[in-house]
Amino acid sequence: MSELKTPLYDLHVKYGGRLVPFAGYLLPVQYAGITAEHMAVRTAAGLFDVSHMGEISLTGPDALQNVQNLLTNDFSTMTDGQARYSPMCNENGGIVDDLLVYRKDGQSYLLVVNASNREKDAAWIKSHLSGDVTFKDESDETAQLALQGPKAQEILCRLAGEASLPEKYYTFKNNVSVGGLACLVSRTGYTGEDGYELYTANENAEPLWEKLMEAGRDLGLVPCGLGARDTLRLEAAMPLYGHEMTDDISPLETGLNFAVKMQKDDFIGKAAIAAKGEPTVRRVGLELLGRGIAREHDRVFIGETEVGYVTSGTMCPYLNKAVAMAIVPKEVAAGDEVIIEVRGKKIPAKVVPLPFYKKS
Amino acid sequence: MNVQKDLFYAQSHEWVKYLDGGRALVGISDHAQSEMGDVAFINLCDEGDALNAGDCLGDIESIKAVSDVYSPVAGTVARVNDELLDDPARLNADPYGAWLIELEDVTENAELMDADAYENYISE
Repeated sequence: MSELKTPLYDLHVKYGGRLVPFAGYLLPVQYAGITAEHMAVRTAAGLFDVSHMGEISLTGPDALQNVQNLLTNDFSTMTDGQARYSPMCNENGGIVDDLLVYRKDGQSYLLVVNASNREKDAAWIKSHLSGDVTFKDESDETAQLALQGPKAQEILCRLAGEASLPEKYYTFKNNVSVGGLACLVSRTGYTGEDGYELYTANENAEPLWEKLMEAGRDLGLVPCGLGARDTLRLEAAMPLYGHEMTDDISPLETGLNFAVKMQKDDFIGKAAIAAKGEPTVRRVGLELLGRGIAREHDRVFIGETEVGYVTSGTMCPYLNKAVAMAIVPKEVAAGDEVIIEVRGKKIPAKVVPLPFYKKS
Repeated sequence: MNVQKDLFYAQSHEWVKYLDGGRALVGISDHAQSEMGDVAFINLCDEGDALNAGDCLGDIESIKAVSDVYSPVAGTVARVNDELLDDPARLNADPYGAWLIELEDVTENAELMDADAYENYISE
């Protein structure tokens, strides 16, 4: 199967991105280098092409009741212009995907899903809809750019009136003119920094990217690839589908309790989650004490006993530490020492509180 | 991509620089460091180890992934570049200066590519 190109493909080539296949698309893993891009987002700003993400709209009188049934979070308390994060569970309480829900109005919701799950999600959602609701997959018409970092607001204000931009984290505004281009601007992100995600029509993607780069260059804005996106989210301890979340991991086991509302009437997976009771495992942070980087599937030991496994690991450029997230028994507490088997070598690690990095 | 002229190259992207007295330095090419991305850790074999051509001499851990490194020639490890272990980013900045190991009693390897051949090889 040949990979698809996002509307920004030509610009990735122009900016020297190293293109790799990811979730069916050719996307840049890096431009100048993961460390430099990561540091730019922590100290100035970075621009990411995340057009591979999927956008699904649910509209109609029964849109809310469907969102409520499909997802674990509670959307009944949402107002127009709010964004809310939620896992989407299967009947066994495992995770189908995690997504972001935007309430445009009481009968119009936009669901943003992971690129790698787009077709699975579309099929899942469609097969569970009921009542008067219209499903539309808008992914192929929609580009998404993420502008992230402490200078993101200053940069965006050079292209859009400050009053037209969303003020609070996890809010958005629709039909914002950014340099004359219509965007849905959301104050959200996947880096642990302040920033925005901008949704726009495909044909606006290239001019929007160039206008943002021009507006931000003197403030340190650089283009960023998937590599830095992963190290940034990991340093901020944000879970990634396929790693910290799978069809077999429940949201409670991976620390997403805040987005699972058991008092809500019903949702797919609720009965299974309730029947399982308190989870016996949990997601923890590990800081490696020896030389090496733990990777997904590396085994975690206490003494000689295997107790769990690594879900993601990297060298964090900003903290300059090798860290990992792992699923271990719930009794394992911050300060405990464990051993990670990295390519046959046993490396000691310390359990630390998450997130590894929190913006000041 | 920079390919240094006076070196010989293996298909697995290591370089060897033959020195006087049957000695040689071994490192990785500019192409290799660029493919790996930012290097975080380097693990090397020990002084005194006897290597055949193609034997693993250590691994290089970048943020993205870990890669084994193979000796392009046979020889005995006379020195490992300890300074590099504390400053792995030098491998990205100066791949032809940042040698990994020095070998003695080296058996030259006629199957290696010269710079021109390697340049063709990585452009294919």
